[in-house]
Amino acid sequence: MSTNSIVVKDLRKTYKVPEREAGLKAAIKSLVARKTKDVHAVDGISFQIEPGEIVGFLGPNGAGKTTTLKMLSGLLYPTSGELSVAGHVPQKREREFLQQITLVMGQRSQLNWDIPAIDSYDLYRAIYGIPQEQFTQARDEMIEVMQLKELVKKPVRNLSLGERMKAEMVGALLHQPGVLFLDEPTIGLDVTMQRRIRAFIQEYNQRYKATVLLTSHYMADVQALCKRVIVIHHGKLLFDGDLTALVERFSAQKTLVLTMSDMNGRTPDMAKYGTVVTQEPNRVVLRVNKSDAPQVTARLLADLPVTDLTVDDPPIEEVIESVFDAPETSE
Amino acid sequence: MSEIATPVQPQRAQRYGLRNYLQMYAVAARQAVIEQLQYPAANMMFMVHILIEPVIYLVVWSSVANSQGGAIGGYTAAEFAGYYIIWTLVRQFNLAIGPQGFHWRIKEGRLAAELLRPVHPLLPDLGYYLGYKIPQTIYWLPMGILLWLLFKPEINPVAWQIAAFPVVLMLAFFVRFFFMWLLGLVCFWTERVDALFELYFAAELLFSGRLVPLEVMPVWAQNVANFLPFQWTFYFPIEVLLGRLDLPEFWPGVLAQLAWIAGGYTLVRLIWKLAVKRFTAVGS
Repeated sequence: MSTNSIVVKDLRKTYKVPEREAGLKAAIKSLVARKTKDVHAVDGISFQIEPGEIVGFLGPNGAGKTTTLKMLSGLLYPTSGELSVAGHVPQKREREFLQQITLVMGQRSQLNWDIPAIDSYDLYRAIYGIPQEQFTQARDEMIEVMQLKELVKKPVRNLSLGERMKAEMVGALLHQPGVLFLDEPTIGLDVTMQRRIRAFIQEYNQRYKATVLLTSHYMADVQALCKRVIVIHHGKLLFDGDLTALVERFSAQKTLVLTMSDMNGRTPDMAKYGTVVTQEPNRVVLRVNKSDAPQVTARLLADLPVTDLTVDDPPIEEVIESVFDAPETSE
Repeated sequence: MSEIATPVQPQRAQRYGLRNYLQMYAVAARQAVIEQLQYPAANMMFMVHILIEPVIYLVVWSSVANSQGGAIGGYTAAEFAGYYIIWTLVRQFNLAIGPQGFHWRIKEGRLAAELLRPVHPLLPDLGYYLGYKIPQTIYWLPMGILLWLLFKPEINPVAWQIAAFPVVLMLAFFVRFFFMWLLGLVCFWTERVDALFELYFAAELLFSGRLVPLEVMPVWAQNVANFLPFQWTFYFPIEVLLGRLDLPEFWPGVLAQLAWIAGGYTLVRLIWKLAVKRFTAVGS
């Protein structure tokens, strides 16, 4: 795992999709003259990920995240651009390359449903040619960390979604890949399971210095695992940098949380300070423009019996939403 | 993982040699056995389902033979019984992944996962279907004995034919395995291939000896069958165990099986490359 870096230069993937208007006439017409249109799923993105980094790959549905991950793992041939993963060109799908990567798709299963996961792991050992000692140690450790000891002995179809996902993760990492592409690995899981999967990814990354590119719609995943995020939308790169910088750049507002001493039944008019998110007798949450925050804070402190006041960025979900609403400009 | 002191570092760039391949076939075969032994009731039902077809042929052709003075196309009623009882065993052995299975694989994203592994997906399949024969033979045995007792077949193999039967049976499996895979590869281009599959299976039914021994078919059909792979997957191994083939007929048959295996394998390799190219161009 010496060079687990990922280099992407001006990557593009264009699909030709059939285009047809509704109705019988259009259906008949399409028999003789088929129309197609180009859909640019990935439209000239570039980035570089250093060995051992965990990077969040964000974007709304249809942004091009999965297409990019598929190109990075060699499942899709790029229309143009340059790719290098762990020193290999993914689309060549060389054995050495495939030994070093894994792609986990949260909604897809790789394990054989009819047999216990532990038997499927044996097939992975044989396919990857993992030495028995290495395999047994890695498998047993991962099973322990994921708390799967009894579950791996049950047929996969008898496992819950969360249990299955944990078993899938173990299977995907048995060959100890240096580059992990994780596409929504926590989708549909409850909070406890999400946390466990996250901890497992973090542990694996630290232990093996593995490079991780992770897509997730759960911002808790991103916040817990990724210092850096790459945001794409309509196939174009919108942002590449620290998560904190993303919030700083795209969050136009601040959240003020005030706690006040007893107002003797009086309800102050908070709307004049900003947008009221919630208002209780002694506690108010306000949303104000970032540039106005210092003056509003000063006025609140002067006008009201404030006992506590915090100034926060809005939730990351809201920030991301505003990123997707932002004009398309790549950097 | 942090509690464990010394991690075993992954070993890279090992040569994946013959030993690894054999190990992989063995593990895949073992998986098939584990999987099939889990469902005895479902497998017995499947066996009954498979037996319906030859039993119908057997009853029909035995009646025809009896009504034609005791034989048709050189087969007596008892020989028809022998033919179709061996048929049931041959059918178990030449089972391979069908095109519908391939379609499911692509649709469910299983193929994408298999493409990310460092061995050709065909290889674990091969191991799996070889292993599959073991539980299926176990399930077949009581049915085979029952049919034997009911229909009192006549088969006359000599020692070499009994010894040769498992060999030609395995070769029959390989022929069918590669051609089933080839058919499955069509799914890379289009999902609506039911008509093509039906056509293929109709051709197999007619020209393989599955419906009826080839001698009973018109001469033109026998001639057509000589240019197709099907008879080497049903008719030929059945004839060997029936004891109806002499050595001068046996060896060309084995050579034909080997030739079809080589042809099927070559075609799979060629079309696989195009299929993967297409898959990686348009995605799943």
